[in-house]
Amino acid sequence: MTDKPVTDKPVTEKPVTDKPGPQPAPPTDERPPKPRPAPVPDTDTAEYWGAARDGRLLIQRCTSCQKAQLYPRDRCRRCRGEVEWEEASGRATVYSFTVIRQNYQRPFRDWIPYVVALVDLEEGPRIMTNVVGCDPDLVHIGMPVRARFEAVSDDAGIALFEPSR
Amino acid sequence: MSQQRRRAVIAGVATSDYPYLPELTEHAVHGQAADRALADAGLALSDVDGLATAGFLPMYAVGVAEYLGVTPTYLDETNTGGSSFEVLVEHAAHAVEAGAAEVVLVSYGSVQLSQMGRRLGTGGGGGARMPGPAVHDALWGNTLVGNYAMAARRHMHEYGTSPEQLAAVAVTMRDHAALNPQAQYRDPITVDDILASRLVADPLHKLECCVISDGGAACVVTTAERAADLPKAPVYILGGAHASTHHLNLSAMPDLTSTAAAISGPAAFARAGITPGDVDVAQLYDSFTITVVLTVEDLGFCAKGEGGAFVESGGLGLGGPLPTNTDGGGLSACHPGMRGMFLIVEAVRQLRGECGPTQVPGARVAVAHGTGGMLSTGATLVLGSEAP
Repeated sequence: MTDKPVTDKPVTEKPVTDKPGPQPAPPTDERPPKPRPAPVPDTDTAEYWGAARDGRLLIQRCTSCQKAQLYPRDRCRRCRGEVEWEEASGRATVYSFTVIRQNYQRPFRDWIPYVVALVDLEEGPRIMTNVVGCDPDLVHIGMPVRARFEAVSDDAGIALFEPSR
Repeated sequence: MSQQRRRAVIAGVATSDYPYLPELTEHAVHGQAADRALADAGLALSDVDGLATAGFLPMYAVGVAEYLGVTPTYLDETNTGGSSFEVLVEHAAHAVEAGAAEVVLVSYGSVQLSQMGRRLGTGGGGGARMPGPAVHDALWGNTLVGNYAMAARRHMHEYGTSPEQLAAVAVTMRDHAALNPQAQYRDPITVDDILASRLVADPLHKLECCVISDGGAACVVTTAERAADLPKAPVYILGGAHASTHHLNLSAMPDLTSTAAAISGPAAFARAGITPGDVDVAQLYDSFTITVVLTVEDLGFCAKGEGGAFVESGGLGLGGPLPTNTDGGGLSACHPGMRGMFLIVEAVRQLRGECGPTQVPGARVAVAHGTGGMLSTGATLVLGSEAP
């Protein structure tokens, strides 16, 4: 199968003396690939996940203070004003990121190493995402990225980001 | 009747055995720590009228009270993650000073290592069914380590903090652990060892992550008046404060380089009537190396952005300006999941002069600061060997 082995790369690490306690079970790669987790829409988020399912990234804008927000809430987190949905450009900048090299949970452990990032949307809100479509070592703070979408269930999609071209 | 206000003190402290306790349940660890802390205070469970603890199940304190066979009239199970026990002691101090309780047992127990192995911190992404807003950061395969890694990356970007500077925190903690016979890891390590250990989540290496342990700890909070008849010199709770900046979504943290310590620290110092320069010894939550760098800045022991240089120059070492985590900390001695109680126990031992080879000579003011969640909460306690 094409999945990468889960074991870590060989390391020249100083041996740690005592290792009490149960050790993690040896990984097995004999199972079929596991799909990405899908969010379960609720009354705050159904519009947001549903739009991403259709390839659109939504934000909320307060009708009172005019500020934009994510994640979606019933009202504005700054002034408790009413919010309206607005389509975002999908353009964003990497605020910070990490390359995950150890995660025992599938499907993610099959994808190691991969990038988890916080990106600042052009409209203001900051969201967590994966930066995909490039070598993890090329990702950097300030990197311009754009949204691309992946359907993860019948009623939900998620916004991943890739380098802007 | 005395007109003097009631003054909260810590009259007894203890740690359980650690770091590996396969023969004990979580509640039995509570019991061992509680028995020892009460013995240290010269008190018995029958003296306890208040119980404070934090765990991950609802009505946790009620269950611990049941197991220990006490029927408290003051109960607190506020859970702010790793900072919980600083909050619980702050609350307990308010309670005894208000006359709502006489003797509050604050207890922690965990068998994280025996029951869960070493998985803490390196799972993530199966949280799609998490209730409410926590789902928003749970879809990306991020891990607990990954959250702190992103804070480290941002701090490096904004302030030029280097991997070597971050590693210096773990070197100092190991130096201290070498002097603690109970510590989980005691062999000295170098900056090169740390940077050669594998990356768990860039830029954090394995040896920059806290250890995973079994263990517990407890303290007894009562009044100075009650403590006057007890065997150990009381340690005064001079001031405490806590704060949160967000909950579990790191994406909701306003600034990854500024933690809740920037709020709780100044507030606690003001309540205690001290400045950072008055602190003789510190016990700072060291879940990861970056946690300590952020905390020394936010508590005002150095300017924002200078934490890397502060730790690299030996700022945390014995004989340095801020001897920190004198037991070896969570990075080397013991980290069972929520380490906050251990910070308080070590602070009290320092103020009593009980720390042997790691004793800070003449320590009179100690700070214990807990950090919880995804850098979400901070709680600062200022303790002193002398009455205010």
